[in-house]
Amino acid sequence: MIKLKEVKILSPTGHLGFTPIEEESFWKGVNKKPDFICADSGSCDIGPYPLGADVAASPEEWQKHDLELMLLASRELDVPMIIGSASDTGTNRGVNQFARIIKNLTKKHGLKPFKMATIYADVQKETLLKRLEKGDVIEGLHGRPPLNKEILNRTNHIVAVMGVEPYIKALEEGADVIIAGRSSDVAVFAAPALWSGIPEDIAFYAGKVLECASFVAEPFAGKESVLGILREDEVIIEPMSNYQRATPESVASHAMYERIDPFIEWLPGGYIDMRGCVYEAIDEKRTRVRGSKFYRTPEYKIKLEGSGKVGERCFMIVGIRDPYLIANLDKVIEWSRKKVKEKFGESGYGLYYHVYGINGVMGELEPIQNPRPHEVGIIVEGVAPNLEMAKELTYLAGRNFLYARLIGVKGTAGAAAFISDEVLVAHPAYEWTINHLVKVNDPLELFDIRFETVGGV
Amino acid sequence: MKNVPLVELAKTIRSKNAGVDHITFDIIFKDRAVYEYIKQNHLITKELIAQIYHMPPERIVLFVYFDPAKAIKFTIRRFKPSGSPGETDVMGAQQYPPLFEISLILPESLLKEKGGGNQG
Repeated sequence: MIKLKEVKILSPTGHLGFTPIEEESFWKGVNKKPDFICADSGSCDIGPYPLGADVAASPEEWQKHDLELMLLASRELDVPMIIGSASDTGTNRGVNQFARIIKNLTKKHGLKPFKMATIYADVQKETLLKRLEKGDVIEGLHGRPPLNKEILNRTNHIVAVMGVEPYIKALEEGADVIIAGRSSDVAVFAAPALWSGIPEDIAFYAGKVLECASFVAEPFAGKESVLGILREDEVIIEPMSNYQRATPESVASHAMYERIDPFIEWLPGGYIDMRGCVYEAIDEKRTRVRGSKFYRTPEYKIKLEGSGKVGERCFMIVGIRDPYLIANLDKVIEWSRKKVKEKFGESGYGLYYHVYGINGVMGELEPIQNPRPHEVGIIVEGVAPNLEMAKELTYLAGRNFLYARLIGVKGTAGAAAFISDEVLVAHPAYEWTINHLVKVNDPLELFDIRFETVGGV
Repeated sequence: MKNVPLVELAKTIRSKNAGVDHITFDIIFKDRAVYEYIKQNHLITKELIAQIYHMPPERIVLFVYFDPAKAIKFTIRRFKPSGSPGETDVMGAQQYPPLFEISLILPESLLKEKGGGNQG
């Protein structure tokens, strides 16, 4: 651990690669001479498919763009660059992909040699299976049942969400660039702060407010850089774009963003208590926060994320303009569903009707009970064990809108408008199977840290 | 007293995933006095929200008034995890509009400006 009285962390983006970093505010931030440049690159918001299928959700060009900016700035300033949850999901594939990009960029720019740490977070099913067989309970979050064999069997890919410890270990070993797998967003920022001697109460809270970059400021904007200035008992937030301000309310609002509870943030090994936070404007642009607390839990628990394939998925787009059909849409859908049942039976597939214009966005939560749209768009979603069946059942459901037998219908030549009479093959359907907590004796035990020297050959 | 829709009193009304099993909603007010009045008089409650979304109040796992941001925050449990087959809103980002319609009866003295009060 080094002892700094003040630590400056530059946060250029809330999700590296998702859309490109805005360069002007980034370089303004670099000119402030930060001690670390950190970014989180992952999210569960992209849905279960990228983790389950182990693919990136972002174009590599954008990931490269963001990594290039950060790498050049970090080598120029000679300060560590830290990336968490590499390539959207933080799987080993993502870490390897980002490490490869870093190596290529190093060559391209002829950078001096530096030490790179890669931290892997994939968890093998067998590892968890062994724990279950030993009698360990892997508890489900938010009312999910404990992990069992059946859940593991329908899971394709699992990552563990690391806390600060693997990052601190990498910094202790002298890493200049850290490419880490799945991580708590907060850890990406809290780790370098802790390693620099900032107390836990401030370090963890600072991570919480910095991880989404410019979302902490107003007016709303993404991908603009934000600087965090951390001291022994306070953190100051300063947006680097010329049009944004960090106000007590914009910073406080951020405590709520995307979280169940605005007062408590759970992390590996403990939680941040934000109930005592005091937000104070320093000037037009900057806000100071004091009073956050971090409490360790007696047991160190790590979150596991897992996604499993449900089946192959197809869509068909159907439009309806006839007011009589719209008024009797339930019957039309019933007809379509019946035709699929006749061919494929009651179960063994999924069939969903997304009716845009009625409740396509909100589904069961839609409070408007009797809408009167003049036209509706229906996305028929078919999920089946194999693609051939998914295509067939989606065709059967979609085309049967054309032939729906409804007493009193005038337009007997066809009850649907197709942009194109085709079924669209989508990504396979996945679902979040694992959202669980596993107890560990050592915060490093599920993670694999490797070091290598990059450049200079 | 005056009837004012929530959409005029709030600076932000948003919804977003909170992890894979929940959607969280933030209503951030423009004016502190308006926020305090609504809070003191319990004009927006968990029960009201449950009624708007036609769901049992138990589906709302958290409902709080959050003073530092002069905001109301509540979090609901999803029917199934985000992005599952049949799900409609993978990021949970379009579940807030029904809140616009909430109608609140407020003293006219609180409504200093057209649109529901001062900024800040």
